[in-house]
Amino acid sequence: MKDHEGRDGHEDHEGHAMKIPGQHAPSDGPEALLTVEGLVKHFPITKGLLRRQVGAVQAVDGLTFDVRTGETLGVVGESGCGKSTMGRLITRLLEPTGGRVAFQGKDISHLGVAGMRPLRRDIQMIFQDPYSSLNPRHTVGTIVGAPFRLQGIAPEGGVKKEVQRLLELVGLNPEHYNRYPHEFSGGQRQRIGIARALALKPKLVVADEPVSALDVSIQAQVVNLLDDLQDELGLTYVIIAHDLSVIRHVSDRIAVMYLGKLVELTDRTSLYTKPMHPYTKALLSAVPVPDPKRRAKRERILLKGDVPSPISPPSGCRFHTRCWKATDVCKVQEPPLLALEPGHQVACHHPENAPEAAAAGTSGG
Amino acid sequence: MFAYIVRRLFAVIVMLLVVILVTFGIFFAIPKFTGADPALMYIGKQADPAAIEGIREKLGLGKPILEQFWNFVSGIFAGRDYSSANGSVHCPAPCFGYSFKHENPVWPELTSRLPVTLSLAGGACVLWVTGGVLTGVVSALKRGTVWDRTAMTVALGGVSLPIYFTALLSLAVFKYKLGWVGGEYTSFADAPGSWFGGLILPWVTLAFLYAAMYARLTRATMLEVLGEDYIRTARAKGLAEPVVIGKHAMRSTMTPILTVLGMDLGALVGGAILTETAFSLPGLGQAAVAAINERDLPMILGVTLITASAVVFANLVVDLLYAVIDPRVRLS
Amino acid sequence: MTTAPAPGTGDAPTAFLDVRDLRIHFPTDDGLVKSVDGLSFQLEKGRTLGIVGESGSGKSVTSLGIMGLHTVGQYGRGRARISGEIWLDGKELMGADPDEVRRLRGREMAMIFQDPLSAMHPYFTIGHQITEAYRVHHPDADKKTARKRAVELLDRVGIPQPDRRVDDYPHQFSGGMRQRAMIAMALVNNPELLIADEPTTALDVTVQAQILDLIRDLQKEFGSAVIVITHDLGVVAELADDILVMYGGRCVERGPAEKVFSEPRHPYTWGLLGSMPRIDREQTDRLIPVKGSPPSLINIPSGCAFNPRCPYADVPAGGITRTERPELRLVGGDGAAGGGRHWSACHMAEEERARIWTEEIAPKL
Repeated sequence: MKDHEGRDGHEDHEGHAMKIPGQHAPSDGPEALLTVEGLVKHFPITKGLLRRQVGAVQAVDGLTFDVRTGETLGVVGESGCGKSTMGRLITRLLEPTGGRVAFQGKDISHLGVAGMRPLRRDIQMIFQDPYSSLNPRHTVGTIVGAPFRLQGIAPEGGVKKEVQRLLELVGLNPEHYNRYPHEFSGGQRQRIGIARALALKPKLVVADEPVSALDVSIQAQVVNLLDDLQDELGLTYVIIAHDLSVIRHVSDRIAVMYLGKLVELTDRTSLYTKPMHPYTKALLSAVPVPDPKRRAKRERILLKGDVPSPISPPSGCRFHTRCWKATDVCKVQEPPLLALEPGHQVACHHPENAPEAAAAGTSGG
Repeated sequence: MFAYIVRRLFAVIVMLLVVILVTFGIFFAIPKFTGADPALMYIGKQADPAAIEGIREKLGLGKPILEQFWNFVSGIFAGRDYSSANGSVHCPAPCFGYSFKHENPVWPELTSRLPVTLSLAGGACVLWVTGGVLTGVVSALKRGTVWDRTAMTVALGGVSLPIYFTALLSLAVFKYKLGWVGGEYTSFADAPGSWFGGLILPWVTLAFLYAAMYARLTRATMLEVLGEDYIRTARAKGLAEPVVIGKHAMRSTMTPILTVLGMDLGALVGGAILTETAFSLPGLGQAAVAAINERDLPMILGVTLITASAVVFANLVVDLLYAVIDPRVRLS
Repeated sequence: MTTAPAPGTGDAPTAFLDVRDLRIHFPTDDGLVKSVDGLSFQLEKGRTLGIVGESGSGKSVTSLGIMGLHTVGQYGRGRARISGEIWLDGKELMGADPDEVRRLRGREMAMIFQDPLSAMHPYFTIGHQITEAYRVHHPDADKKTARKRAVELLDRVGIPQPDRRVDDYPHQFSGGMRQRAMIAMALVNNPELLIADEPTTALDVTVQAQILDLIRDLQKEFGSAVIVITHDLGVVAELADDILVMYGGRCVERGPAEKVFSEPRHPYTWGLLGSMPRIDREQTDRLIPVKGSPPSLINIPSGCAFNPRCPYADVPAGGITRTERPELRLVGGDGAAGGGRHWSACHMAEEERARIWTEEIAPKL
């Protein structure tokens, strides 16, 4: 097999069977804003008389990836795949059970509230539900201005002026400074949430399902807004969503998650044109295409059953219970996340669309 | 399910021990720390020092607190002797203390009063649950109509009027003016007719207060349940409205009502103090009032423990009923 | 020029389901909410109609209206004001005896709801809820027969071990299984009209694909008329023969699915198509959102309800878009161009709309 010359340091490797969590050290070069290594989060489950811990929801179970400055990393997966937990881990709203999260080279995995405070300026989050994430008793001015007060920052020209500038930036009327959230529509509320997130000029914005609660026509407005803000402010995004169409539109690179694991990570074009993981392929084929003419022509891979429980995930490859290509090796051996092509990482024993040598090599293991 | 029951039972036992400990602490230990003499509280300020000393010895107040507590708890299970220079009195198990005011153990006194309180609480409960839930359901179904507004206004009155007012008013009207009801409390075993006659007024008075609360609770819950998707599904199946309401909606509406009912009944077993006093019913509540007036500490302790135990057990029953009603509790 | 069939004529219907000038208004403290305001359509057996619209467009209210569910259980104030005609298989339902309509519900017309967890009673077993639906319309059937029927249907909709799972409670089923059970419940009496209200919105993509397949197969097998209500253009493209686009309680465009997708003739339909990120093609351009928010149903804009958001509101002369409500008209004048079944409600001249679509909108999608 031939060695690939990766664009990034961590993607080149001697011998393809490089294990990502083990031997690999993600580049801490200028490109990586956020580095995640072997990230694990288990939520304990207790049972019985004495409330012994009998197991754990393995929400996130060993993720390794990095987020490069200025890019949009899309994270996609079905419910229970751990994508939201991942979002809360990298913004350190949750503390990881294991692994490491580094922001600009600094390990933030176990920083306390005080330690995180200065970093809260740089890392911001946008939430799904524009109804419950805004305090109904506070005016928009108070909500958007809150980060300044919490961080003890006095922006030039005063908080009010700065808040009004932010409102204008996200397409809201700055004169609505004194209104309450209930006076706004869903899309406008999401804009308020975005303005709040942008107040302190963050470097990284993690958005968890930013448009899924919105109507189609409003969705497009917010997607465009996020786009514009990225160009204008040089933001780096991690966008978590279940909607593959939205992810395709917004992302530069895309990570596909299944039951707490990364199954595929690559740039947008390769993911949608030649997905390598069978799960990715099935996922893409399952999305209804808004074109009735293609209804008859398309081949669709129908997966059996539902996503298994993250409490007792299947052995080996977690997807083997639903995979049409699964063989015995899949049941016992967990496939490592490998770069089968430059910049295209897959965790599968029997990848699709793979270069021959690579495919043969992995399935042999 | 088994683990669930065992866990709940275990919780009940722990809870009761805590209740005994706290009650005991309040009555015996705290006065000691604060310098007030429990023996003095027992007997009154005029007593001569010898009598105080006698009480102190009988109650074992000189002993360490932990030993006193142990004596009290073991007395519940094994009985206990109070001895002093003047001889000893035996308090058979379950011994919840010995009232030196009346020269008798507390427990038999409590058990003789329990049927009165149970009759009062039980009868009133039947009335208020029927009346309150029915009113609440009809109000919910006829939301916004004259019926709804009238019922809710009456219910608001029921909740806000103090029981001594309604009790005295009803006594004045139905007993003294009209003479429809009357008589002392008689036990059911002796004369069912006069048992009923003596209790009907207290029942109605007490039930009015509770029915008002239950009507409001039922109405609110029912309205919420009627907005649930599964009610729409039941209608979409073509079920007739009485089935939709009576079966699908009622089943869910009963859950919060049961919770409140368990708590209320538990508390009432400790004595409906105002009602019993107003109607001169010889129940636990009346005993509590008398004991407080006489500073009969063991008696107060006994009533407190019974009330607390009743609430704890009522909660256990509610928890178990929950499991019967809701498969999500039963099966997880 | 041909206009939509005159409402309220009382003529015998020509179609299996014939809805004429349906109006459903709700009195509230803030004013009259006109959820549906003059909707007419026809549906034949064996065909699927997709009703598309955003939240507040009146699509769900319409489905409940057809089922007669706005009038049951509404004893007090706030009762819906409904007018118009609903003809089902030659019977007019609006003026019929409520008990007669109740007997049609669940037997001749059945419904699948969006969220199967909340749409099933948590305290009763799946089997109980299905047999209940069967026995209410088959009073002579004993419990054993009804149970057999329930197991048979659970088997048909793809529940494994149906004779065992029939005694499970809804919370013991996964999301996809619950929706299958919900479908079994709707089909237990072989209904001739099946209404699915957002049947897959609460489900994961791979499970959604399974359910869409199931609905399509079942329709072929049962030959019923199906109405699918959704905000997802992808879902209608998968299922529907005809599409009805709703905006502000009215139909703005209706026609064969392929026509509506390939030659839409209403600016709102263009807006929906332009707002939607596409899974099936690489998009480098920005989305084309509809500006503003959906209208308040209390204060529906005068004239064309879409005029405040329409980029072409000033194209027709004399401000007619703000004063006069556009009627549904056959596309192609005599209807020949639209196959006689493509209708749209817009003041712009048809040639103008055809030109805007082909020259300005379609190339950007």
